[in-house]
Amino acid sequence: MDVLIGQLATGLSLGSILLLAALGLSLTFGQMGVINMAHGEFIMAGCYTAYLVQQVVSSAGTSLLISLVLGFLVGGAMGALLEITLIQRMYDRPLDTLLVTFGVGLILQQIARDLFGAPAVNVVAPAWLSGGVELFGAVVPKTRIFILILAAVCVAALATALKTSPMGRRIRAVVQNRDLAETSGISSRKTDITTFFIGSGLAGVAGVALTLIGSTSPTTGQSYLIDAFLVVVVGGLGQIKGTVIAALALGFLNSFIEYNTTASLAKVILFVIIVIFLQVRPQGLFTVRTRSLV
Amino acid sequence: MTSLLGRWQTWAGFGVAAVVLFGLAPALLSDFRLSLLAKFLCFAIVAVGIGLAWGRGGMLVLGQGVFFGLGGYIMGMHLKISDAALAKQAVPDFMQIAGVKELPAYWEPFASPLLTLLAIVLVPTVIAALLGLGVFKRRVKGAYFAILSQALAAALAILLIGQTSVGGSNGLTNFRTFFGFALKDPVNKKMLFFIAAAVLLIVVAVVRQLMQSRYGELLVAVRDGEERVRFLGYDPANIKVVAYVVAALFASIAGALFAPIVGFIAPSQVGIVPSIAFLIGVAIGGRTTLLGPVLGAIGVAWAQTLLSERFPSGWTYAQGFLFIVVVGFFPAGLAGLGVLLRRRRKKAEPDPQPDPEPESEKAGATA
Repeated sequence: MDVLIGQLATGLSLGSILLLAALGLSLTFGQMGVINMAHGEFIMAGCYTAYLVQQVVSSAGTSLLISLVLGFLVGGAMGALLEITLIQRMYDRPLDTLLVTFGVGLILQQIARDLFGAPAVNVVAPAWLSGGVELFGAVVPKTRIFILILAAVCVAALATALKTSPMGRRIRAVVQNRDLAETSGISSRKTDITTFFIGSGLAGVAGVALTLIGSTSPTTGQSYLIDAFLVVVVGGLGQIKGTVIAALALGFLNSFIEYNTTASLAKVILFVIIVIFLQVRPQGLFTVRTRSLV
Repeated sequence: MTSLLGRWQTWAGFGVAAVVLFGLAPALLSDFRLSLLAKFLCFAIVAVGIGLAWGRGGMLVLGQGVFFGLGGYIMGMHLKISDAALAKQAVPDFMQIAGVKELPAYWEPFASPLLTLLAIVLVPTVIAALLGLGVFKRRVKGAYFAILSQALAAALAILLIGQTSVGGSNGLTNFRTFFGFALKDPVNKKMLFFIAAAVLLIVVAVVRQLMQSRYGELLVAVRDGEERVRFLGYDPANIKVVAYVVAALFASIAGALFAPIVGFIAPSQVGIVPSIAFLIGVAIGGRTTLLGPVLGAIGVAWAQTLLSERFPSGWTYAQGFLFIVVVGFFPAGLAGLGVLLRRRRKKAEPDPQPDPEPESEKAGATA
């Protein structure tokens, strides 16, 4: 029983990390259909933002809070810049966008390597996040609980913003029917940039959070990217609840398979499960129904 | 296909290629450069398959490293077993160091050269067919397919790193013999180069035949208008799976040649970055053409060797910029530039035929 609860806790924690990494993608990939391979490097940029802030602000607690805000802005700015310079030219070629943003990712990784060096750097977690909390007999590190809460806050904030704010209404309008939105006086260009800013900003936030549980290297973001994409694929495009459920499901599955086999085998088994799952639901868990053939 | 060369030009083309590969290259290049070229030819073989699946079929195959790695590891396991047998030892050298006394059961079949060659052909074919049928039959989106291929590459790389019985992150190295021929001998290195060159010529001939056949027309049709092909009574899934399997098979054969030519096969050849890196040569050469991918792949590999000898980090920047500039702004590659120039030269004359170049704008969009 203790083992089961321990696994549940690990799964929940892994799920929340996946969710945080995938939440931005559910906007850029899920809503806009852009496969942004540089998203992982935006996460990495968030990690290094946290590292740099800590070099300036010595108090770990304050620096974490500043980093979360600054990480969002850094990630968002990079995303908006990418959208304006490259992605906006290629909305009709989603697969080519993948390769172009992969190129951007390679360059960003190399820049990080040249600026900060290839070895990993560490960010000190605040004292109030050290140690663990005992939950039903299993000890869960406080940093992981913080990430869980942060993920929940981000999901709630994003969902509320999309549902109630005028900006969210504009984003949904452009996603659902671009032409009609334009006719109603919404600038689809501005909306695209805003959507991309928020999605990439969330990657930055995820990056800051990841520094609490691991060290940062130029390839940090890349290692989370594919898992994050799989979360959005399983969850289905266009709906946040799909991303949430998929992230938690993959987190639980991964931790249970990993417990029963090995970490390296778990990835392969999980891949097979996802391919089989797509046989049943080729569009993912939730999908916005349209009459389009493609 | 009017854009492909006529019969005589084809024979002439193959003749020139054969003279260059079998006559000029060994005469002019040093042994070191020749085995480098042999390595590039392996990448070119992969590129031909990618050209078919991606350029002609519109499937973004981002996991070719998987099949390259499968071929390489199968060949590598055979080479390690034969080396151990020659040295009268029960297990390959790296297992002895790890203290393994007995050969793992899944290594056993690869002691036989025949089974090894069969496995190099069959294993990737079966995996690609299963994955392809699973994805395309259910009409999973092209974007999902691209992500799944990457996930497969990542999963296999992680799996291989975790398995000490195939050398972990070092992979399989230190091959001494190739089907009984000592790999140290320059004559045998030359032989490997000739094998790679012959395989490349065969692979190009096969793809040329496929492109010219009715199947080739269907494949392009599926790329440009999958639903229309479906309404005409064909099953686009079958058409796509064939191209995907052919590409996987080529990658596996290339990997099997790569292992003895370069002397190692490791997880670093399998993961996401090497898998996607295969695509840049194809994109530069012209993804929809027959020879573009071959020349592009060789050119890029050559440039990589030259550049990374001088500026270690420069190549990564160059690679990134190439992806952005070529895929973003010249999706038809150098071949497309050629067409553009020719059209500009005779812009006074009216175009007698509809555009033979497929709409490369849409090449990526409809997978």
